[in-house]
Amino acid sequence: MLQVRITKRLGDFTLDVDVTAPAGVTAIFGRSGSGKTSLVNAVAGLLRPDAGRIAVGDDVLFDSQTRQNLAPQKRRVGYVFQDARLFPHMNVQRNLTYGGDHDAARVIEVLGLGDLLQRRPAGLSGGERQRVALGRALMSDPQILLMDEPLAALDAPRKAEILPYIERLRDEVQIPILYVSHDMSEVARLASTLVVLEGGTVVASGPAGDVLARPDAVPLLGVRDAGSVIIAKVAGRLLDDGLTEVAFSGGRIVLPGNLGRLGQKVRLRIPAQDVILAREAPKGISALNVLPVTITAIEQGRGPGVAVGLRAGNDQLLARVTRRSAKLMELAEGQQIFAIIKATAVGPEDIGG
Amino acid sequence: MMESLGPAEWTAIWLSLRVAVVATICALPVAVAVAYLLARKQFPGRQLLNGLVHMPLVLPPVVTGYLLLVLFGQTGPIGEFLNDTFGITLAFRWTGAALAAAIMAFPLMVRAIRLAIEAVDQGLEEAASTLGASRWRIFSTVTLPLILPGVLASAILGFAKALGEFGATITFVAAIPGQTQTIPSAIYGLLQVPGGEPAVVGLVIVSVVLAMGALLISEWLARRMARQVGR
Repeated sequence: MLQVRITKRLGDFTLDVDVTAPAGVTAIFGRSGSGKTSLVNAVAGLLRPDAGRIAVGDDVLFDSQTRQNLAPQKRRVGYVFQDARLFPHMNVQRNLTYGGDHDAARVIEVLGLGDLLQRRPAGLSGGERQRVALGRALMSDPQILLMDEPLAALDAPRKAEILPYIERLRDEVQIPILYVSHDMSEVARLASTLVVLEGGTVVASGPAGDVLARPDAVPLLGVRDAGSVIIAKVAGRLLDDGLTEVAFSGGRIVLPGNLGRLGQKVRLRIPAQDVILAREAPKGISALNVLPVTITAIEQGRGPGVAVGLRAGNDQLLARVTRRSAKLMELAEGQQIFAIIKATAVGPEDIGG
Repeated sequence: MMESLGPAEWTAIWLSLRVAVVATICALPVAVAVAYLLARKQFPGRQLLNGLVHMPLVLPPVVTGYLLLVLFGQTGPIGEFLNDTFGITLAFRWTGAALAAAIMAFPLMVRAIRLAIEAVDQGLEEAASTLGASRWRIFSTVTLPLILPGVLASAILGFAKALGEFGATITFVAAIPGQTQTIPSAIYGLLQVPGGEPAVVGLVIVSVVLAMGALLISEWLARRMARQVGR
């Protein structure tokens, strides 16, 4: 468990955060300039806070009161930088083992690095570089892993190539992972805990599923990025149409593509702006997914929209409609209505393992 | 052409090479350390050190030679100390010529290395530190390999400068044949007497060949290293 409670002034910007990251992926989400990288650099020892305390379990990395400040080399922190920062004069093998060879065989296997070992960083693709950087950090046997927008420099196909590796890592290593990102679909796929930063302070934090389903968090995440995450199981395939049916506590949804074998668990992010509400079960529309839901909260946004929290079975959904429609429909908490999800609204980037 | 070079001229050529090689080899590690300090560290007196390093570049060489004589001469504070403690005499010896050449080449070497250090991405050093590498390990395994082409360029530049050093050398250690008479001072001496021109031409050609040779070797090595570094 990583605990960070620090303040740091940087010009007229002040970072003032209190973050706890349990084992698993804690996503640090926020716009650029919100202090994400500064936070991670403070944990790594590359940025010295003005005051506060950073500790992993009982191991104190920084404490302004007892004047403790471990050097970066003593912190046992694995850091995957946005720009990989591989040593250009060493081949992949030497890069990987620079900080140690902890669990080398398995890291090479999990990250698929076997064929790259003799290559030079200059000859690697962006995705390969990030995999090597990740492997290098892991082989140094870290007690926490920091990933600062590791996919930001990659195009969509490269992202899709590396995300499964990170998912596998999340499920296999038992250390806290701080994952900085401004991409909500990455966050929704990977994070078990979510911390939202704005202007250097934490504006929302908690289990990712809860934060993402909170209607009042919609303005903080951005109206385009808001959306709840549900865990569903593959329940069947509609082979003729190339669709997959998944089941969750709130019902069944049909999605495009092959999402896996029967019974496999999938994480789905359902963007709030792609959920349509209806007072009565609609007939004669093209959307395949109509779920009976109960309104749990209605939250005014900063603009013309309102965020509507919905309960479907034991899961939370989130919808975003205009204030005008909310008024015309006379939406109210506790009301039983219907949520309509367009099958194609859940893109491949929103579906994870 | 080579017949025009008598034993005295060959002595001057070998002496010049010895002086320039020794000067370069001794000055190089110090130049790397000073360049690293100037490029990376903030400390009181940084500007003073910077100014001091550059002095030989901007002072008239004769003045530098005179200051060396005052400091390192047999009665100078440093010269006396070296003589009494280690039995090292610099004034009017080839070792003094090497010191003068090293001092004159030093600013050029520091400048070239400093540029190379400033071009190294400090993010790589940060990455190495998060991987647990000590400062020394970071320097020797990341920084130094990446600046090697620059260090090499600075060594060649320093060597060429040391080979051609005249003003400070002749002021500090004079031009004693076989002891401190290097190629430039031999050329100058030959020009002062009638009939010295053929030997002068020979020495000039040797100078050109040495300078060109050094340059070509450095270009070749730099290309090889650039490939090693993978850029």
